[in-house]
Amino acid sequence: MDKFGMHSQTEQLHARHIGTGNADTTKHQWLTNQHRDTLAHYVSDDSLATYISIAEGESAARTNHAARHKRKQQKINE
Amino acid sequence: MSDNLKAQLEAERRRRKELADSSTGSHSLSTDVKFDTDIYNTSDKFAGYDMSIDTDTTQDTVAPPTGRFGITAPRELIEELHGEGAEDDDDPFKALQRTRGTNRVIADRESDYQKRRHVRQLSPERTDSGDGGVSYSEAMRKNQLDREKADLLAKIKKAQDTAEEKRVAGEPLQPTKRRWDVETPVHPSSTAAPKRNRWDQTPADVGAVAATPRRNRWDETPQVASGSGVAFGETPKRVRSRWDETPVMVGGSAAIGFGATPAGNIGMATPSAAQMAAGASILAKQQPQGQPDAMEARNLFQTDEELDSLLPKDGYAIMEPPPTYVPIRTPARKLMATPAPLRGSDGFHIPEETRHVDFDIPKEVPGVGALPFFKQDDMQFFGKLLDGQSEEDMDLAEKHERQVLRLLLKIKNGTPPMRKVAMRQIAERAREFGAAPIFNQTLPLLMSPSLEEQERHLLVKVIDRVMFRLGDLVRPFVHKILVVIEPMLIDEDRYARSEGCEIISNLAKAAGLPAMIATMRPDIDHVDEYVRNTTARALSVVASALGIPALLPFLKAVCMSKKSWQARQTGVRVVRQIAILVRSGVLPHLRSLVDCIGHGLDDEHLPVRTATALALAALAEAAAPYGIESFDSVLKPLWLGIRKHRGKGLAAFLKAIGFIIPLMEVEYANHYTREVMVILIREFQSPDEYMKNIVLKVIKQCVATPGVPVQYIKDEVLPEYFRNFWVRRMALERRQYHQVVETTVELANKVGGAEVINRIVLDLKDESGVYRNMVMEAISRIVQSLGAMDIEGRLEELLMDGVLYAFQEQAGEGQVILDGFGVVVNGLGTRAKPYLQQITSALLWRLNNQNPMVRQQAADLVAQIAPVMKSCGEDELMSRISVMLYEYLGEEYPEVLGSILGALKSIVNVIGMTDMQPPIADLLPRLTPILKNRHEKVQENCLDLIGRIADRGPEYVSAREWMRNCFSLLDLLRAHKKAIRRAAVNTFGYIAKAIGPQDVLATLLNNLKVQERQNRVCTTVAIAIVAETCAPFTVLPALMNEYRVPELNVQNGVLKSMSFLFEYIGAMAKDYVNAVTPLLEDALVDRDLVHRQQAASAIKHMALGVAGMGNEDAVLHLLNHLWPNIFETSPHSICAVLEAIESCRVCLGPGRIVQYSLQGLFHPARKVREVYWRIYNMTFVASQPALVAYYPRIENDGDNVYRRYELDYIL
Repeated sequence: MDKFGMHSQTEQLHARHIGTGNADTTKHQWLTNQHRDTLAHYVSDDSLATYISIAEGESAARTNHAARHKRKQQKINE
Repeated sequence: MSDNLKAQLEAERRRRKELADSSTGSHSLSTDVKFDTDIYNTSDKFAGYDMSIDTDTTQDTVAPPTGRFGITAPRELIEELHGEGAEDDDDPFKALQRTRGTNRVIADRESDYQKRRHVRQLSPERTDSGDGGVSYSEAMRKNQLDREKADLLAKIKKAQDTAEEKRVAGEPLQPTKRRWDVETPVHPSSTAAPKRNRWDQTPADVGAVAATPRRNRWDETPQVASGSGVAFGETPKRVRSRWDETPVMVGGSAAIGFGATPAGNIGMATPSAAQMAAGASILAKQQPQGQPDAMEARNLFQTDEELDSLLPKDGYAIMEPPPTYVPIRTPARKLMATPAPLRGSDGFHIPEETRHVDFDIPKEVPGVGALPFFKQDDMQFFGKLLDGQSEEDMDLAEKHERQVLRLLLKIKNGTPPMRKVAMRQIAERAREFGAAPIFNQTLPLLMSPSLEEQERHLLVKVIDRVMFRLGDLVRPFVHKILVVIEPMLIDEDRYARSEGCEIISNLAKAAGLPAMIATMRPDIDHVDEYVRNTTARALSVVASALGIPALLPFLKAVCMSKKSWQARQTGVRVVRQIAILVRSGVLPHLRSLVDCIGHGLDDEHLPVRTATALALAALAEAAAPYGIESFDSVLKPLWLGIRKHRGKGLAAFLKAIGFIIPLMEVEYANHYTREVMVILIREFQSPDEYMKNIVLKVIKQCVATPGVPVQYIKDEVLPEYFRNFWVRRMALERRQYHQVVETTVELANKVGGAEVINRIVLDLKDESGVYRNMVMEAISRIVQSLGAMDIEGRLEELLMDGVLYAFQEQAGEGQVILDGFGVVVNGLGTRAKPYLQQITSALLWRLNNQNPMVRQQAADLVAQIAPVMKSCGEDELMSRISVMLYEYLGEEYPEVLGSILGALKSIVNVIGMTDMQPPIADLLPRLTPILKNRHEKVQENCLDLIGRIADRGPEYVSAREWMRNCFSLLDLLRAHKKAIRRAAVNTFGYIAKAIGPQDVLATLLNNLKVQERQNRVCTTVAIAIVAETCAPFTVLPALMNEYRVPELNVQNGVLKSMSFLFEYIGAMAKDYVNAVTPLLEDALVDRDLVHRQQAASAIKHMALGVAGMGNEDAVLHLLNHLWPNIFETSPHSICAVLEAIESCRVCLGPGRIVQYSLQGLFHPARKVREVYWRIYNMTFVASQPALVAYYPRIENDGDNVYRRYELDYIL
């Protein structure tokens, strides 16, 4: 319909990138995505993970595990 | 009374005959005189004439005369008119239409083999329960019956043939009739093919001549083939032609006979019997339709009143008809009696174009609306929609059927928007309609003979969509769909083939493997080869869709079939098609596939053996270079097979071997190659083209294998190969020509270039031009890939001699000789020095030639060999050539002029500006007027040359001359060819650099005011290029000043130039950001949409260029002006704005953009949310990890923990 317009390739975009939204995205969905991204970031970014583990007084592995666990819980809730 | 007359005639005839018989014996005065029989024709001069007039029949005694006069056009012209083979292509315009792409009817371009699809019928749907449809067992039984019937027919035919042969062999051959031996009175109708001589003026027995049904479009009136009354009522079937637009699907239905006969013919001088028949058929046709019939009206009896008014009162009396009078009732006689023209009596009328008054073609169909077109044969399918019945009182099924019809009509004939909507509806409601209404309407449409490509594409799309929705509901229709779709698999159009593949694979997925196998099983050993072939292809598609392993057990069973060899052949063919379809995908199943078909090599039926060999070839080709171990089991039968077979079978076996040998290990390859080589060398002499191609291919494959020793090839293969394949005859056929050249190049790769060239170099002087071409192509490809290092001494001389000879002798166009010359000279490099003198004189002579083609080729050759001449140090010679070329700049043939310019360019490139002869100062002024030439080749070469001079040696030319060039260049900015525009723009840059940007820029800025868009666009590009080559500060002030001109085009041009400028200068922009910001700011708040769009694109390039350069403040300022434009709806501007925002993200960081977009993500207005989410998505996709830190802090609500506490940690 509109090649360059608003809705071009949105379906594709959603399929490819989880976390993108549209006009009907709810606050809860949006924040769920944010949390998932954040947790993934904790796990993947070593320096951030170290920072958090120092702040919490935990080992880096445990912080990592906690983030993964939380992510799993979130998945169950979804 | 007529009986009486007939009896009298008969008696008279008998009497005459007796008289004649008796007179042969008597010696009357007249018969006493003897003629010289060899000079005068004394035989019965009435031979060949009808001796009496047959009064018995009512028509066709007056057979249609073949010509109005006794002496007609020469025989060959008549025959040409009748056209040899005119039956299959009766319309000479059809081929033309095809080539122009105006005729897209599929049926017209099909080969005879493809036409066989029309023979197939849509079988009733298959059911397993047996209610109404055909069950699997019934289908199998029917198939069996068909096969037996075909066998029986074949037997009967064979028996008849042998009987015929015996009979023919028993009879003495009839001597052919010559012009002079009229002694033997041969009655034309008694000979098999009556050869009419142009001297026997009166056609003796035209009925016999007319019996050959050679029709063409000139005899519109269908001839009644033989003089019998049978043809009277029925309308003859015609081949379709463009003249009667309406093809009718089955047989000759009513419209054809009517349309084919221009009604005006009736009533012309001699109404022939055929015309009468046609006329009668018109009558028969029209009466039931109850239309006012002109013919009938004219032939009504005149009433008494009419006669009274016509005739004078006195002198006439009304007579009683005699009691014996019987009025003639036969309509044909009636026509004879009153040959009245159909409409009006004032002479001939051109029959009207729309002859099909019987159908009024609707433009509007109830429930569908106006259609762009509605073809005559759409009536056949969609006529139902026009019957005007209301749908209220119909039952559901009928309603659905009509709805489907309507949708199909919209899809087939509708405008694109209509079609789109209908397509969606039919897909969405497919389950509601059910499979039957949809397929029962769609599939017959696909079988229609007047179907066009576009329509087929659309209908196939319908099937695809519907199938997807219906799922396993399609099962009863699988066979029907296959019948319709399978022909697409052998279509010549690649897209049609892949479309067919897709449908069948979707069908297989929807219906499932068991259903597919059950449906296709009966077709596997169908009597018709066409059906088996298409079924094999379809099955291979099923295999690739559902996985090869799933189909393997079935294939194995089929290939083992004891019942019929046709089934085995089809099974093997399926394997071959699988290999072709899935390529390297066969590797995991290679061994099982080979095992599955392997025993076919020893089959008792040749077709199975051939198919197996071909399948093995396809498998080996698909598997290359792996999988030789899978072929172990078939190697022996293959190599044994080549000893046992001849002809096609042997070709197939050789092909398989050719593909298997490259997979082998070195020593095995060597061994097997030697085995096969004997056969190959024997087959070198085969006259069969197919065999020749295969042999060449196999030789190529064998030679390419590393295991085969060079010496062996040299000793065993080369002599025979060159003796058999390097002959003139091979050059005549295009495919063999290429095969031979390719194989020869491969051989040269193996044994070395010199060895091969040595054998063919003398053929460069062959007298056949095509053959010289072939030799030259082979040599040039060999030299190109192997170099000319091993060519030395005598061979080198021979080669150069031959090449020169071929070049001198070449006729017509063709790059081959020219390229070959260039390649050889370049290959020799400095060793070409001794020949350059000779070449140069030849070139000079040829540049002076009268034939433009020769001049062009000479100039092209100069362009090719200039680098070699330079490296040989022959500057002297080159100067001579370039002076000559310079003198010929007045050339009038543009092609030649272009080549001359190209040659000059090449010389200038190698010789340099300073040493150029003639001096640049002389050369350039000659080029300026040539720029005005409109020919693209001239323009391009001239521009390249000028650009080269402007780049390397601008100082040789005065500034004024360059300015003159600039003006000419402006015109070239609107050239059609992109290369020319690009060259022109680049040349602006060079010239600007040479003479300073001021003058050039002034010219260009003036050019922004012109109306033409393309010109302006190119000017903006040129300005940007000038800015890039001469540093932006020389251009920007003038450019920004120009923005003050209150003219839309100029301002937009300025913005566009800035956009290009920033694109080209990249990071250099950092010094100019602050300078241009006010201008861009102004543009972004302009009312004009294009202003904002251009400004956005300028910002895009600028922000990208200055990312990380410390200009964030300016970019942020611009972003603030940019942001309100996000609600733009025009595609170009919204695109430009969003891209600019992306660039700003790169420059300012994603956090900023997210903060901006947070304002609108949950805005109450959907339109606003949509745009903001789009920007958010853009940012998210580009820099998702960076966003983690920038998400807003959101408080928990209820059960949900939204805060991310870890981000609050501070150490």
